[in-house]
Parts: sequence; C-alpha cells; structure tokens
Amino acid sequence: MIYREAGDFKTSYRDDSQTFPIRLDRWGYYAILAVAFGIIPFVINDYWANAVLVPFLIYAIAAMGLNILTGYAGQVSLGTGGFMAVGAYAVYKLMTAFPDVSIAIHVLLAGLITAAVGVLFGLPSLRIKGFYLAVATLAAQFFLVWLFNKVPWFYNYSASGQITAPTRTVFDQAVTGPAASAPAKYLVCLVFAFALAWLARNLTRGSLGRKWMAIRDMDIAAEIIGVNPLRAKLSAFAVSSFFVGIAGALLFAVYLGAAEVGEAFGINKSFLVLFMIIIGGLGSIFGSFAGAAFLVLLPVLLKNTLVGTLGWPTDLAAHIELMIVGALIVTFLIVEPHGLARLWRLAKDKLRLWPFPH
Amino acid sequence: MDQFIFGMEVVMNGLMTGVMYALVALGFVLIFKASGVFNYAQGVMALFAALTLVGIQNGQVPFAHLINATFGTSLHHFGWTVPAVLAVALTALVMVLLAFLIEKLVLQHLVGQEPIILFMATIGLAYFLEGLGDVMWGADIKTLNVGLPQGISDGIEEVTATWFGYGFFIDRLDLWATLIAAMLVAALVAFAQYTKQGRAMRAVADDHQAAMSVGISLRFIWVMVWSIAGFVALVAGIMWGTKSGVQFSLSLIALKALPVLMLGGFTSIPGAIVGGLIIGVGEKLFEFTIGPMVGGATENWFAYVLALIFLVFRPQGLFGERIIERV
Amino acid sequence: MKLTLAALATTMMVATPALADLIVPNMSYRTGPYAANGIPYADGFADYFTLLNERDGGIGGQLVQVPECETAYNTEKGVECYESLRTQNPLVLNPLSTGITYQLIPRISQDGIPLYTPGYGRTSAKDGSVFEWVFNAPANYWDGASVAVKHILEQEGGDLSGKKIALVYHNSAYGKEPIRTLEELSEKHGFELNLLPVDAPGQEQKSQWLQIRRDRPDYVIMYAWGVMNQVAIQEAVNIRFPMDKFIGIWWSGSENDVRAAGAGADGYKALTFHGVGRDYPLYDDLQQYVYDAGKAAGAGDQAGSVLYSRGAYAALVIAEAIAKAQELAGTPEITPAQMRDGFEALEITAERMAELGLPDFGAPIALSCQNHGGDGLARVQQWNAGEGSWSLITDFIEPDAEILDPLVQEDSAAYAAEAGLTARCN
Repeated sequence: MIYREAGDFKTSYRDDSQTFPIRLDRWGYYAILAVAFGIIPFVINDYWANAVLVPFLIYAIAAMGLNILTGYAGQVSLGTGGFMAVGAYAVYKLMTAFPDVSIAIHVLLAGLITAAVGVLFGLPSLRIKGFYLAVATLAAQFFLVWLFNKVPWFYNYSASGQITAPTRTVFDQAVTGPAASAPAKYLVCLVFAFALAWLARNLTRGSLGRKWMAIRDMDIAAEIIGVNPLRAKLSAFAVSSFFVGIAGALLFAVYLGAAEVGEAFGINKSFLVLFMIIIGGLGSIFGSFAGAAFLVLLPVLLKNTLVGTLGWPTDLAAHIELMIVGALIVTFLIVEPHGLARLWRLAKDKLRLWPFPH
Repeated sequence: MDQFIFGMEVVMNGLMTGVMYALVALGFVLIFKASGVFNYAQGVMALFAALTLVGIQNGQVPFAHLINATFGTSLHHFGWTVPAVLAVALTALVMVLLAFLIEKLVLQHLVGQEPIILFMATIGLAYFLEGLGDVMWGADIKTLNVGLPQGISDGIEEVTATWFGYGFFIDRLDLWATLIAAMLVAALVAFAQYTKQGRAMRAVADDHQAAMSVGISLRFIWVMVWSIAGFVALVAGIMWGTKSGVQFSLSLIALKALPVLMLGGFTSIPGAIVGGLIIGVGEKLFEFTIGPMVGGATENWFAYVLALIFLVFRPQGLFGERIIERV
Repeated sequence: MKLTLAALATTMMVATPALADLIVPNMSYRTGPYAANGIPYADGFADYFTLLNERDGGIGGQLVQVPECETAYNTEKGVECYESLRTQNPLVLNPLSTGITYQLIPRISQDGIPLYTPGYGRTSAKDGSVFEWVFNAPANYWDGASVAVKHILEQEGGDLSGKKIALVYHNSAYGKEPIRTLEELSEKHGFELNLLPVDAPGQEQKSQWLQIRRDRPDYVIMYAWGVMNQVAIQEAVNIRFPMDKFIGIWWSGSENDVRAAGAGADGYKALTFHGVGRDYPLYDDLQQYVYDAGKAAGAGDQAGSVLYSRGAYAALVIAEAIAKAQELAGTPEITPAQMRDGFEALEITAERMAELGLPDFGAPIALSCQNHGGDGLARVQQWNAGEGSWSLITDFIEPDAEILDPLVQEDSAAYAAEAGLTARCN
C-alpha cells in the first residue's frame, strides 16, 4: 500500500538507476543514516560501543571485502584472517613510525598495503578455480600468521610479540588507545563502514562489478565477450583486500587495542567472515551487514538473555548458545537457502504487493 | 651420512603422519563424492564420536550437567563400564542415528540446492554438534583407551639399529593406524565396487537425477554415506584421541585434512591417501631441512604451499576428475 | 534487527546487581579449546569466596559477589566481558588469559580497576612504578624459567657447562615469554639452549620430538597450553625421554595434562607456586560449608586438583588484599583505588597462611608500590602415575633476580616510553 513504486516517477536516467528506487526505501535509508550519525553517538556507552557496534561495523567491512571477492567475483577465499593481520600490522608499524600523522590516513595506507599483498596471493587464482582456490588463500593465511609471529621487526621487538595500539587522534579526539571515548570509536568505524559501503555499492554496479560478475558466472564465457580475466580477478583481490585490510587495521587499533597474530587473526577469523557472507547472502552489500549482525549480535544477545535474564550457569548457556546459532542457521537455510539478503528481498517483494497480492 | 639416516627416519614418520591425516580426509571425500557436500562438520563429528565413545565406555550419564542444573540432582555416572568393542559398536549405532537425523532434518529439505548452500548447512550442523557434544558429555578432557598400543616400536628400532647404526622411531599407534586405514580403504573400495548399495552410491555420485530415475533411493544412499562418514570420523577420533585425550581441540584435526583434500582431489579415495602421504612427508622433511634456518613451526603453512605447488600444475588435484569447461 | 536491539537493551537493564557488595568477577572459560583447564580454576576461585561468605559472612562483614563471565579464552569475548562487568563496579579482575591481559592493561589503567594475574600475563607488570594497576604476584613466566634452570642446576650439582637444554614452547606470545630469560641464563651458566616452537593447537609434534630424540638434550623445559600439553607428554613417553628430566611450567602441570599418557608419564615434573591436594585444614571447612551444603561451583568434582588449588589461591590472595584495603580505608565498602592500595600493602606471611588453613601452601608474599610481583618463588612437583597424584619434591626456590630484574626494568621502561608514562612510587 505505502511501499510501492507506483507514483514514484523517475524523470532522468540518474533517478532510474539509483540504489533505492522505492521512495520508502530511500526514506528508511536516510532515517537509518540519520540515527546512526546523529543520534547514536550521543547516547552510546562503552558497552554498546566496544561489545556490540564497533565489532559489528568492523566485521561488516571485512564481510563486504570478502563478498566482493567471493560473492561478486566468485573467488573463494579463506585467507581473510591473514589479510586482516596484514592490515593490523601495517597500521601498527605506521602508527609507531609516524606518530604525528592522522590515524585515518594510516588506516587507509594499511588498506593499500593489504591490497598489494592480496594481489600477490591472488595470482594463483588465474590457474586454480573453485574450492581448490581456497588452498592458495589458506597458504596465505597460515604463512602470514607465521611470518608476523616469527619476524620481530613486525612487532617492534617487544618481548612477547604482542602489539599494542598507542593513543592516536583524529581531529584531536583520541580514537585508539585506552583514552578513546565510545562515540569517537564508533564514529570512526561508522565513517569507514559508510564510505566503504558506498564505494562497494558503486563499484559493483559499475563496469568493474559487471566484469567480476561475468567472471563469477562463467569465466570462459566472460573471456570470450572481452573481459580480461587477469585484470578482473586481480582487481577483485585488490579491492577485496583493501576492505579487509582496513577492517583488520580497525579491529586491532580501535576495537581490540592489543593483538597477538595467532589468536586474533587465526584461521577461525577467516571462517567467521566467510560464514557471515554466506549467511548474509553472497553478492549483496546488505547481506554483508546482515551476516555480520547475525554472527556478532546474536551471540551477545543470547548470552545476555540466557545468563543475564534466565540466570543459567555460564557454561551451559555458552553450549546452548552454540546449539541455537547452529539450529538457526539450518532453519534459515531451509526457509530461504540464499541467505538473509534474499529473505529481506522476498519480504520487500511481498510488502510491495500488499495488501493486494493478485 | 647422519643427516641422510635422520632424513629417512623423518620420511618414515612423515608417511605415518600422512596416514593419520588421510584418515580425517577420507570422511570428507566420502560425503563429497556421494552428495557434493563439503562437510565442514567432519571434524566436529570426529569429536562427537570420540566423546560418545568415551561416555559410553565409562558409563557417563548423558546431559548430566543440564539435568543437574535443571532438577538440582547430582547425577554423573551410571556406575558401569562397557567393554571397548561393544562401546565402539554402540557409538557406530549412534553415528548411524545421527546420519538418519541429519538426512531427515536437514538434507532432505535441501535436495537440489547449490553446493555452497549445502556447505553452509554443514556449518550450522558443526555449531550445533559442538554445543550438543559439550552439553551431552561435558567439556573436560577424557582419556580414551580402546586397547591400542602406544610408544616406540621395539622391533623396528632394533632392526634399523643393526642396519644403520641408529634405531628409528616409529610409534606403534601409527602402525596400527596404517593397518586400520588400509583395511578401511580396502573395505570401502570393495563395498563401492562389488555390492549393490555400493554401486548405487557410485551412481548417485555420478548423477543424482539419473540415479533416481532408475529407482535408487537418494535418501537411503545419503543416510548410508553419512553413516559411513560418521564411522570414519569415529576411527579418526579414536586414533587422534588416543594420543591427546578427547577434548575440544580434536575437532581442529579437520584443518589438517584440508591441504590433503586440495592435493588429492575432493572426489578420490586413493587421492586422500596419496595426498595425505605427500603432505605428511613434505611438511616433515621441510621442517627437518629448512625449518631450523627460518625458526621452525613451518608445518602448518608449508602443507598448504606444497598443495599449492601441486595444484598449479594440476588444477583439479592429483586424482580429481578432469575439469572440462564448456561455454 | 531493530527488534534484536530492543531485546538486547531490555536484557542489559535487568542484569545490574546490587551495588553494596564486594564484586570480584570470575572471568572463566568453561567452553572452547581450553575448557578443561578453565573449569577447575573457575570452580576453585568461586568456591573459596563461597566459603568466606558462608563461614565468615564475607570479608569485613561485606558479602563477596562473584559474577561469572564466560570468555572461552577468546580476546573478543574477553572485551565483551570486561565491558559488561565494568558496569557492575568490580574491585579486581582476573582474566586467566595472557592475551586478554595484554588487552585489558591499557583499559584498566585508564579506568582504574586493579588487574590480578598470578602466574600469567605481562611479566614486566611486576614493576609497580610503571604498571600502577596490575599485580602478578607470586610468580611470573620469567621467574618460572629461572626456577626451572635452578632446579636443573641443583640436579646437576651446580654445573651446567656443556649441557643441552631444549625449550619446547607454544608458538604464541605466552610460549615465547621465557626465551629471553633462558638465553641470558644460558650465557651465565654455559648451557646450550635449543628452541623448538610448536604451532597452535599442537596436536602434531612429531618433528619436534624426533629432533629431541636425535639431539638428546639433557633436559627439556616446556611452555605449553591446552592440547599441546597432552600430546607433548605422550610423545615424550613414546620416545622414552627420561620423565624426571622433563620440566613443565605451571600451566603444563595439571592432572589433565598427564593423565592421558597413563603410566608412562610417571616422574614428569612441573613447576608450581602453591601446594596441591586436599591435605590442608581448609578443606575441612570447604567440605562443611560448601560441598556438603551443595554450594560447590560447577560439577563439584575438582576439589584438590592443581588448577582448583590455583583458582582458590588466587581467590585467597584477592581476599587478603580486600581485607588489607578495608583496614587501610577504615571502611568495609572499598573502591577499586583502595583495593590497589590494599594490594600494595599486602603481606601474607607463613603464619597467616597457616591461620587460613593452608600451611606451607604458598610462599610468603609481600608487595609494595614498586614490587607488584612478589619474590617469584616456585617449587617443583612430580607426577606419580600409580597414585594419580602430584607430590611436591622441592622447597620454594628463589629465581635469579640478578638476571631477571634488569630484564623487567628494560621491558617496563619500554612500555612506559611507548605509553608516555612517568614512574610513580617516588
């Protein structure tokens, strides 16, 4: 009734090809942005920032990065954790080497460094395909973690190999280190997440994104119609690694504050981000956010419900939490196999016809 | 010369370790071959099987913690112990039941979906089983003993000592693992080649729809394959669990199987074995020769680099089916 | 999504406890790869405070609340736990994870909450002039390495020149801790040090043990954790390494670690900084007030085990520090800052330990503004596979302060420079 295209007249190509063609969608999007930028920073407390929203935004960035590679360009990657480590260690070296430069610039540079590393490890994708490609990215994962653990230069020769983020500022507001306030941390992550989502959305619907999708759907066919697989695949690795590197830099500098490579960027992280995009929906920006929300927020919610409200023993709650997450994944799949993003789209389609479905 | 003899010892141990990797990889291959599912839950299944085995053997009360927390009782043990052989048989039954439930509750609803979706279903399954195993049997370390011997094999040490002047170390558990793996592979191959169900299984692996059209029950085959994979998981769980005790980390052995799978091909049982041997020997030799120069602990990543090198030359894995691409 | 957030918000409101009690959170891990070690520790920690509440009515008339938070040994869950516990105004935190400790040190220093990390965490936190809020008495990783070498020195009649010692370690921040110390010690005593890293999780260690079998080091020191412990001890048994020359740090010395290896593990040694077993008068009280009353934490089957004892010992030190803080502040309702003062004035003598029902259980502890780490005394325990129990075979051994103090100074100075801190305690 309210949610429909009818009556929403487009008078230019620009209007016609916009991201949110339906007026209500557009309003909803602006409303979410207004709340995210205008209201949440004033009400947010440390718990919400550090335990819920900051990790959610950071994982959403990582998921977008992987989704570009896996969901749009069809190249399976299990090296996300390793690439995040590159971002984290790059930002650490930059932060300690050039303390006067703004952290935002360091984070971007860390993303670029990760992009270069990503291209390097993306080279085997030119020959190896499908599940088998995962081996190349897994080699990256394990090799990078080993490297950062082994070479003392990366952790500035500290006694135990832990890296700790010193206090750094953006516009004179501390965003890393212990003095950083909850709104500052949240806003930095939000700005990055928003800018990168905007970038991802526009890249994926532009010519580059179309090339990626052509490669994903069938690379030989794509080659025949004139897509250069070398450029398409490596550009996907580069862009994806750029996102993932930024996520890793933020994860270390803003969220955790200290990290040890094996623990923080191990293979589990690679799987976690992969799960996010599969659950959220492959080839969807919204899906990246939805998947990150599902796997970051749901455990916190379940924990607070089971332990906080119901007063269960913590271990029992943790085990049952695993079972519930697992059961929910399977249930979602049976209801809608293509992830949360498809579920969302179906709901919108229903809504568009409501209340006159015929 | 010494280095050469040591190198030979390393190679032999690498082969043994490779068999242990191959045991884990077998379970993946079976399910992938028959249903095209990359079963992420295989490692957790090994953990679950081993937990169940120890639980049955020691007469643990399942869900004791949950029951005690809910009803305020303090149940822990039934007070009996079950002989190892019987416990293994009972655990195998539990794995069959599990296979049946997985088919009934999960796979049946996902027939004909894309591989990535089936893969995701197994992620959910892995989460669920991990929680279930802990709730059922508790999270403490359990000692697993089904009577398999452990420790250096004296015979081999003596023989090699007289030949080379240096007694080789071979773990007796590894010898048993090799024997059991050989029997398992022989049985699987014989089953697939000579029995009706085995042929049906291969037909399903070839083409689901064609198999169904000639009257093969897809559901029965899937239950059967998942049961066999559950049994293989049990064997892998016993082998690894005997060494380390049964604990959460047992589920991580799946990571050791990944490079083996990539190398051997997802669809080949001999591939899993040969892949395991190559990875086992390769990573041990690299650690022995290059490891000391770069600071050690190289095995984890070198296994993948080795697999990668092979894949660059054979993108479908050593024994994988040839990838034919048509537009 | 919005619904989720709303539900989350309501649950957050409900979970706030009364503020009057003393809050000492139990950051435990009863799930995940290290659950088997986390469970007994958490039980011991909780049971000791339950005893104080039941028997003495708390500390100084104030009940102690021990809210539990599950970290699963995962740093991200640790952050979540920290943020949720912080709203409850805790007096002190004991995260039982070196990774989480590193993460919390900057945060608690900012928020002013003491951190107590007995036997783990950041070693240089011993230097109270830099690490105002962190306490790691009675012993740390470097103390452990030095004590192990001292024990070996004793075994070898005071001379280690030409001997070979191998370090088998978990290839992580924790495992790498003792390397510097051992290198310095090898220079001093003239033994050859051989480093053997094992990648996490450590289920496959054949290369390392084959190398030990080839090189035949005289002693093996081990810094392992989780499944790496069981596998390493099993492999040592397999290659017939003499178990009494195999010494683990205290995190490689629980019943869990040796039991899987069966009879072969007999004679394995591990360091410890506290007693073990139930032969202490304290257990009579625990039996009466906690176990028999059905108030034991967890499954209640861990009493007397190594890690249970360690958890109880950590609780004991915290309880003594609270009592001291109450005495100094002149009020039973203390703040975290007063808690820090309590720690800095903490003195637990041998007589006091006996009074508490644990005679000769731990070494005397005396802390000060500079010294947050105690004297680092530790002793050696040996596994008796036949009886299935540990027995203490040495008295408390003092670490080599001559080697360790400069290392601690150096590392804490580096931290102070990095964080821009000036030394306190002047």
